[in-house]
Amino acid sequence: MEQILQHIPEFKTAADAMREVVLANLVLIAEAPAPTGREERRIRVLLERFNEAGVQQCSIDDRGSGFGVLPGTEGTRTILIATNADSLGDRPEDAHVEIGTTDVVGPFLGDNSLALAAMASLPLLLDRLGIKLRSNLVLMGAARMFGRCNLEGLSYFLGNAPLPIKYGVCLKGVQLGRLNYSCLGMMLVDAVTRVPDDYKWAQFGTTGSIVPMNDLINRINKIALPRRPMTSIIFGMLKGGFTYGHIARQTVLSFEVRSESAEMLGQIAQQLEDIGEDVAANSGVSVHMDVFARRQPGGMDISHPLVRQAKAVQGTLGIQSILYPTTSAMACFVERKIPALTIGCATPVVRTDLDELQQPVVIASLADGLAQLAGILLAIDGGHCDAQ
Amino acid sequence: MPSERPRGPAFGAGGKPPSPAADPARIKEWLRTNTFHHSQFADIKTLVEEKQRQGIRISLCLPALNEEQTIGKEIVIFKSELMTRYPLLDEIAVIDSGSTDKTCEVARSFGVDVYASADILPEEGFRKGKGENLWKALYQLGGDIIIYIDADIKNIHARFVYGTLAPLLLKPEVMYVKAFYDRPLTLTKGVRVAGGGRVTEILIRPMFSLFFPELTAIIQPLSGEYAARRSVLESIPFPIGYGVETSHLIDIVGMFGLEALAQTDLDQRIHRNQSTQSLGRMSFGILHTFLSRCEDLGVIRGLPQLNSVIRQFQAHDNAYEELDSKIIEEERPPMITLPAYRKKFGREP
Repeated sequence: MEQILQHIPEFKTAADAMREVVLANLVLIAEAPAPTGREERRIRVLLERFNEAGVQQCSIDDRGSGFGVLPGTEGTRTILIATNADSLGDRPEDAHVEIGTTDVVGPFLGDNSLALAAMASLPLLLDRLGIKLRSNLVLMGAARMFGRCNLEGLSYFLGNAPLPIKYGVCLKGVQLGRLNYSCLGMMLVDAVTRVPDDYKWAQFGTTGSIVPMNDLINRINKIALPRRPMTSIIFGMLKGGFTYGHIARQTVLSFEVRSESAEMLGQIAQQLEDIGEDVAANSGVSVHMDVFARRQPGGMDISHPLVRQAKAVQGTLGIQSILYPTTSAMACFVERKIPALTIGCATPVVRTDLDELQQPVVIASLADGLAQLAGILLAIDGGHCDAQ
Repeated sequence: MPSERPRGPAFGAGGKPPSPAADPARIKEWLRTNTFHHSQFADIKTLVEEKQRQGIRISLCLPALNEEQTIGKEIVIFKSELMTRYPLLDEIAVIDSGSTDKTCEVARSFGVDVYASADILPEEGFRKGKGENLWKALYQLGGDIIIYIDADIKNIHARFVYGTLAPLLLKPEVMYVKAFYDRPLTLTKGVRVAGGGRVTEILIRPMFSLFFPELTAIIQPLSGEYAARRSVLESIPFPIGYGVETSHLIDIVGMFGLEALAQTDLDQRIHRNQSTQSLGRMSFGILHTFLSRCEDLGVIRGLPQLNSVIRQFQAHDNAYEELDSKIIEEERPPMITLPAYRKKFGREP
């Protein structure tokens, strides 16, 4: 491992020399819109880049995910690098990337065009460094990952992979230094309040579906959440009605429940059911708690060699490791007991405004991100991350 | 105030007056043989091989004025795709006409040459205008083929370069290639409106139809993306302002015939939209150049001295304010007439 760490600065120099290539990949990928379920254009760009870089078996699977293989010299084990190909935005007119002297700005770069660009650039970096891995390396842009698709692309691939996956690396655009080695348990819930068909619209004081939703939110907020095991509820999205003067027929609250404890998740699920029934009984609207995704907590111990070596690689690059459990795509690996990490590729620019669309990142940090990825790959390939 | 229009010494040299009527069959045949789609040239490797076989150099010029939002992306894409991956371009240079934003800083940070237009051929003085940048680029850049790409394109892609210059590499008789494209505003339910922008359709196309009917085959005569052989560019004058593209087309067809022109469809180009007032000023400049060219070629006789001020109005509540803009459409002479150029490029006097 020491030998690998000694070479890390060379990796960074080589990655730095590829700055224009990485940024060009980023522009082409980020400007190809890829809303969840409609990732074809972006996947095509990714596979074009793979093809040009000599990646083999480039193809698209039944779920629309794109992947390619760099065959190992021995091929006795297979490493999968995966990142979500879909982005939250779906307006092509938003897809404009701006490159300045130090920063690059664009819609949803951090989640997740940057990671795709880094992955598309990796084969060229390995080639320039003369690195030939012993292990097979599968590079994957996973489709249908966000929201109700619930990680479908990666989950399907792992369930049908022709080669058994020995290690997984989940790439995210930001932020450089993150090192997720375990997953929190999680539930994704759509709470729906809907007025019945025989609702008396004309009656003065009728509230529609929004006021019962307000009651529901207040009740959810009163659920006692323990600090240990760490548990939280995150309200992410609220949609209801069409315009000012019309009573809303349906309101949907989308939220995520996270916990270190599967038992706690079960208890909260039961409480949510009870709250829903109660609000329905008191308001006369129907309430449906749609728990469409459940993930169990799990993952590696912090002392696992994969975590240690990844920390060492980050440390050599002067990157401060940020260790915390995640609710990201790594859950697919955890579910199948495949050792895996989630790492970030670049440092975001600190902003004071609340622009949710445009994400600026520091161009110089991209070289660190790529060097980090190459280092971790070599550590896995060399057997330095195998549990004793 | 009447304009003082210096004329290039070789203005329209070798040029022929236009044919009085369009030959529809000729235009149709030209559209069939000399109009391309960028996808025909997507095999960049073949273009590179052809370039190497011919032993020529290709220079890309990005004329710029306050383009900090888009210049970085253009350079990164062209450098990565057409220098690092495929060595199609030998040189990328920004010719700046006095940007006050970070255009030059951004361009330099990505390792391309940046020149202030005023610093090139200082003995010839400096005029502000895109045509001035294009003309001076001819002296500063070394390629046998020069390709000009506007620096304000948002949806930049390598096809803007390889699609535009490929006909020059693959068809020896072609001297000058224009790009054309859809603009998002003209897309309607799958029907592609095969036309230019507002100035093209309202001003240029009617003028070409009246006086130079063959040129109506050029779908976007004002497109800022074009490539040409140095031997052609050095032999024609360059209006310094808005009229440069129109004047090039008239001169080249006059000198070499329609067969020397080609055009490539680049699909779509997204760029900054200009206000109607800006387009009015642009039209004024183009009209100025066009009428003067017509007079020089004997198409129109007895033109009065042309005014150089366009008057526009804007309303403030109940008051109307007059906006006067002075637009002088000077011309730079053919570069080959400059001793400094001939010396630098080893051209015989």
